[in-house]
Amino acid sequence: MLKTDVLVIGAGPAGLKAALSAAGQGAEVILVERDPFLGGQLVKQTHMFFGSKEQYASERGINIGKILARDVDENEKIRILKDTTALGYYEDKRVAIESQGKFETVDNKALIVTTGAQENTLVFPNCDLPGIYGAGAVQTLMNVHGVVPGNKVAMVGAGNIGVIVSYQLLQAGIDVVAIIEALPKIGAYLVHASKVRRMGVPILTSHTVIEAQGTERLERVVIAKIDDKWQPVPGTEQTLEVDVLCVSVGLTPLTELLFMAGCRMAHIGELGGHVALRDKNMETSVSNIFVAGDVSGIEEASAAMVEGQVAGLTAARNLGYGLEDYEEKVTAAQRELDNLRRGPVGGKIRAGLEKLYKEGEVAV
Amino acid sequence: MLERTGIPTPKQIEAIKPSGERLAKGPVAIVECFQEIPCDPCYTACKRGGFLPFEDINDLPKTDDEKCNGCGICVGFCPGLAVFIVDETYSETEALVTIPWEFSRLPAEGSQVWGLDREGKEAARVTVKTVRKSPKKNGAHMLTLIVPKEKAYDIRSISHKE
Repeated sequence: MLKTDVLVIGAGPAGLKAALSAAGQGAEVILVERDPFLGGQLVKQTHMFFGSKEQYASERGINIGKILARDVDENEKIRILKDTTALGYYEDKRVAIESQGKFETVDNKALIVTTGAQENTLVFPNCDLPGIYGAGAVQTLMNVHGVVPGNKVAMVGAGNIGVIVSYQLLQAGIDVVAIIEALPKIGAYLVHASKVRRMGVPILTSHTVIEAQGTERLERVVIAKIDDKWQPVPGTEQTLEVDVLCVSVGLTPLTELLFMAGCRMAHIGELGGHVALRDKNMETSVSNIFVAGDVSGIEEASAAMVEGQVAGLTAARNLGYGLEDYEEKVTAAQRELDNLRRGPVGGKIRAGLEKLYKEGEVAV
Repeated sequence: MLERTGIPTPKQIEAIKPSGERLAKGPVAIVECFQEIPCDPCYTACKRGGFLPFEDINDLPKTDDEKCNGCGICVGFCPGLAVFIVDETYSETEALVTIPWEFSRLPAEGSQVWGLDREGKEAARVTVKTVRKSPKKNGAHMLTLIVPKEKAYDIRSISHKE
């Protein structure tokens, strides 16, 4: 059995920052990561990040991942367990982990769950044909393994991921014939949309996939315009000759560990699905279990990093570390979060958090 | 409209255009950022005061066209690739347009390529005058294009297929 003060599950932007913040206050940390590398989704993000200096704005995501991974590597208080999966949570608060067939448990005084999210899928006729991918899978193939998914791509979803992956496909020399979005408006930051559009990729809002066609693999996709009741408009069907259809229709938080641990959960659409009720310092209804990043509500990586900081600082404080400067540091981080969420693009997350805190009051 | 298509409207473009007087003086930054998002590297990159301080990180960037000398440092820093430099003083009939560029295939200086408009349509053949690395490590490259003067507010990319 391993023992630590703070156990962090997941080494994406939230987990790396949580580990660094808790260790920075003096706590011993174990950081568990399923992949053989640190960084989570940051390793696939070749675009420059938004935000301000505090969240490494203008730096490319992949480099932010490298900076944080280096800091974690150099920190003597953090023990890194890569290639290691968290399997479950026991009543005595231990977490079961597995690495290359070896089972172990980790005794911890505080747990920070930063497991991220998984991609949503879309159901339509023949949606299981080879050649139909999640956008994250395409990003992994291209940016982690250096493999292109095909030659001609249609993207479903004009949120940030759909638009960014479309741009990365263009950069890899692959044709993107269209981005199809059911909503009447583009969800991605409009500067991302404009940079793909000026490379000649049409963005078809109020459109949906009718069906995929092909015998052995994807050969064609039929799309159509939809009306304001989400019904296809007859006569607007178009056939796109593509060998790849990339689906990017949102993310769902990966909350299994939180359910197992008995955290009070609520389904909040604006946050992506089920999330743990939590306070402003990221502590769930189970004392000393924290969340940060996409698992606590789908949002940008810049916010995930700051949430990780808040969780790490507070977990350490709860164990008696860093009492002298906790207030100052956590207040600064909370202010950063408020700033990131204050504008019009923060409307959805603000609405989600409002519901979450309200649910929290009812539950208590 | 921009939110439905990704293409800024002529009205939006007109609204951010520097004065004719300023354009007659030489290169100046054109910031095609029309949505309030939490982002401020343009402001922090410029050491000349070419961007006014942000009261809120979600503010749209506001430029001080008199302080901007068109150096282009913000072009390489803008995560949204939304800043361009236009120099209308290049010649009687041509202007220079500097664009951010993130494709590994770099055009050769002096080569002719298709200049694309905001829809990605071929607007005119243009000459690549210079290819510069970003002043920032890992930033976007900067291509300076010689374009017909009447297309200086239309051409915002080049074809990546040539």
